[in-house]
Amino acid sequence: MTQIIKLKVNGTARELHVDDPQMPLLYALRDELGLHGLHFGCGLAQCGACTVHYDGEALRSCVMPVAAVAGADIVTLEGLGTPEKPHPLQQAFIDEQAAQCGYCINGMIMQAAALLAKNKRPTEAQVREALAANLCKCGTHVRILRAVMRAAERMA
Amino acid sequence: MTNILDLPMQRRNLLKAGGALVVSFSLAPRAVSAADPAAWPLREVAPDTVASYLVIDGQGEVTLFCGKVELGTGVFTALKQMVAEELYLPMARVHTVQGDTALTPDQGPTDSSFTIQIGGMQIRRAAASARAALLDQAAARLSLPKAQLVIQEGAISARAGGPRLSYAQLVGGDVLQIKLNPDAPLKDPKDYTLVGKSVPRLDIPAKVFGQFDYVHDLKLPGMLHARMVHPKAVGASLEAWNDDACKGIPGYLRAVRKGRFLAVLASNEWAAIKAATTIKTTWSAWDGLPEQADLFDYVRHSKIDRNEVLQEAGGPATTPQPGERSLKATYELTLNTHGSIGPSCAVAHFVDGRLTVWTPSQASHFLRQQLATMLGLGEDKVRCIYIEGAGCYGRNGADDCSSEAALIAMQIGQPVRLQWMREDEHGWDPKGPATLLDYAATLDAQDRITDWKADIFLPERPTRRSGMTLLAAVLADLPRFGPDTPGIYKPGLGIAYDLPKNKLTAHWLLDTPLPAAWIRAPARMQNTFANESFFDEIAAATGADPFEMRVRHLTDKRGLELLERLRTFAKWQPRGSRARDSGTMVRGRGMAYVKYELVRTYVAMVADVVVDRSSGAVKVERVWVVHDCGQIINPDGLRNQIEGGVVQATSRSVVEKLTFSRSAVTSLDWGSYPILTFPDVPEVFVELIDRPTEVPWGAGEPITAVVPGAIANAVFDATGARVRSVPFRPDTVLAALAEAKRS
Repeated sequence: MTQIIKLKVNGTARELHVDDPQMPLLYALRDELGLHGLHFGCGLAQCGACTVHYDGEALRSCVMPVAAVAGADIVTLEGLGTPEKPHPLQQAFIDEQAAQCGYCINGMIMQAAALLAKNKRPTEAQVREALAANLCKCGTHVRILRAVMRAAERMA
Repeated sequence: MTNILDLPMQRRNLLKAGGALVVSFSLAPRAVSAADPAAWPLREVAPDTVASYLVIDGQGEVTLFCGKVELGTGVFTALKQMVAEELYLPMARVHTVQGDTALTPDQGPTDSSFTIQIGGMQIRRAAASARAALLDQAAARLSLPKAQLVIQEGAISARAGGPRLSYAQLVGGDVLQIKLNPDAPLKDPKDYTLVGKSVPRLDIPAKVFGQFDYVHDLKLPGMLHARMVHPKAVGASLEAWNDDACKGIPGYLRAVRKGRFLAVLASNEWAAIKAATTIKTTWSAWDGLPEQADLFDYVRHSKIDRNEVLQEAGGPATTPQPGERSLKATYELTLNTHGSIGPSCAVAHFVDGRLTVWTPSQASHFLRQQLATMLGLGEDKVRCIYIEGAGCYGRNGADDCSSEAALIAMQIGQPVRLQWMREDEHGWDPKGPATLLDYAATLDAQDRITDWKADIFLPERPTRRSGMTLLAAVLADLPRFGPDTPGIYKPGLGIAYDLPKNKLTAHWLLDTPLPAAWIRAPARMQNTFANESFFDEIAAATGADPFEMRVRHLTDKRGLELLERLRTFAKWQPRGSRARDSGTMVRGRGMAYVKYELVRTYVAMVADVVVDRSSGAVKVERVWVVHDCGQIINPDGLRNQIEGGVVQATSRSVVEKLTFSRSAVTSLDWGSYPILTFPDVPEVFVELIDRPTEVPWGAGEPITAVVPGAIANAVFDATGARVRSVPFRPDTVLAALAEAKRS
């Protein structure tokens, strides 16, 4: 039986119509709301490609049942910033050309944004630790580190 | 006289339809609509015709139709730079269509770091041909010799001033239709304004704002969702299945079964995922894989198809004379998965006897041939359209997933999206094969190498055009395009040092434990690892510095310059100039060099490592690279590829290890197949040698080739122990330390 789950996505109140409350949030965001910034990478919370913000915290949407986020405030990469009004991390990723295939970049930016919201001037070692569970196979890491450090500098 | 031919109106409209497709895709990426297969645009895609690559339309806009595709390496920005440069246009006026079998010429698969070197040069030649034709046309219209004309921003005028004829005016509303002119002069590199500049990548903004459309994001009206139920064992047969329990899942439709091929279909994605785990299956037992612990015994004793001498110099080997000594070593490199962060995905639609497949394949033209054969369709009834997926680094699961989507689409007449799950990608992408290499050398009384011999054992891929069999054809037992020939294409193996006697023999294996395909720098990384390790072993055995040793065996000027620049850049201290560290944590430096495939890009690197002698853990702390690929198109794009290549190959060198049982791959996720993560990523320092007047060579694969050798040599420098088995995981390193202690 279809259930209606109310939540806020990128500042707007939304209603999700779901058959299965155990369905991970990822599918609701991608398939129902058409938000493609987050990606399916593993479905196991191991890689980070699906990361969104849940009440400001980084969350792996591939394993979070949609019922568990009822009433929550969800922000996706699209809601973090826009070409007209980029988040400093998005601008820094462009400035540092910190992407190759880019499939993991959503998670890198969302995880780093959650870090910078708490720790305004992290050391590079702290950034490395914060992103330790975000995987990239192109080897873009050295640029991602530069981009996060640059954004931190800009935001401070 | 003119080279610009009028085209029939019907054809022109078709071409314009092609152009419109580009514009709508780039302006409204979410508006990718179901292409009406009945309205497939028809285009000339002969490789010798300029219009196959480039169309200059009535507005003076240029569209590049490229058979090579953007795999996330930035080549499309670089290719646009090359086209805009040759045509004196701003890049914004160059549009691109890539990897669409109905629209783009077949330029071969996007592999081997050949996109710029070969594909880009074809395109540059096409643009130069177009420019020459436009100049001819302008010269005729202005009644001036070409030498008196100048081109600026897509318009031609007399050098002395006067009216400007835009490309649009010269083309006159028609489409430029000329043959490739091999004699058309190329722009002088000293006049370059775009090539050689770090133009920011055109795809990155969309990727950081969540606006980029991967194949995973394609949504067609009426599209169904599928998931595969792959066999429990590589060769298992499907004895029984029952989907009764799936029928309660809202949205579940049905299963599609053909032989060992089983997929589930649903109207929504989550229902398909649930159905794939709910459906009951019974698979036959199968245990045809070797014991993992015996992997390299298995490789050594695999049946050899044939032996082939790939490099030979100085005549037959001689037996060591009195006063001479022999060195021997065996190197082994384990299987790798490609490990794309996004599992493969494809969308397929079969309607009115025609099949369209939206695919992240690196070889859409070849995939079309394979699909046509598999499904018994004419090639003209199959269209493959490339859409970027996650980075693939070779032949990952993209083509297999596409073949499975196509097979499902043939049964249902509605568009279907098949997304592989993580375990499908880790379990079923073809693997970089296990490779074994035996080396032997003879040194004379003065410690000079008199004889060098290498033997490499790996599966063969006979030609560049023979590919991996599609998984759907294997599982459903459908016709295959050509014989099943997994393995590695052979050119470019060997060693680039000057050696008095040198012989490399390939022992082509008939069998390999799991289906094998190419991963970045296939066989070249393995060959270079063994070359550079063995060279380092000889240097150590003779008390020579690794740089000196290489310099002594090179006469190639570019190679020598590269090594000298790296020696300075990395502040190399001659080996033996400091005592080895004592204690648990010991540091060391190693280096490696390659002239890639013996004929192109030069690259060398120095690695600094720290080895924990108690745990066996190796950490690569810093890497210095000097790279010469001739003319650089986009320096920052090149740096991105080199940095990425270092990190990715470091991961393959020290971390990545596929595991398998006698039945199937068991490292089915990132927990069981770890890759290098941020805390262990080295700092990377890169120095580029730009040679604007040389041809551009490839990048990406060449750096990959030198990484494991440089790390292994650094481990030796740190510990005195040789690690000859990739990856250098703690157990391997501890075993090497124990062996070094014994000897």
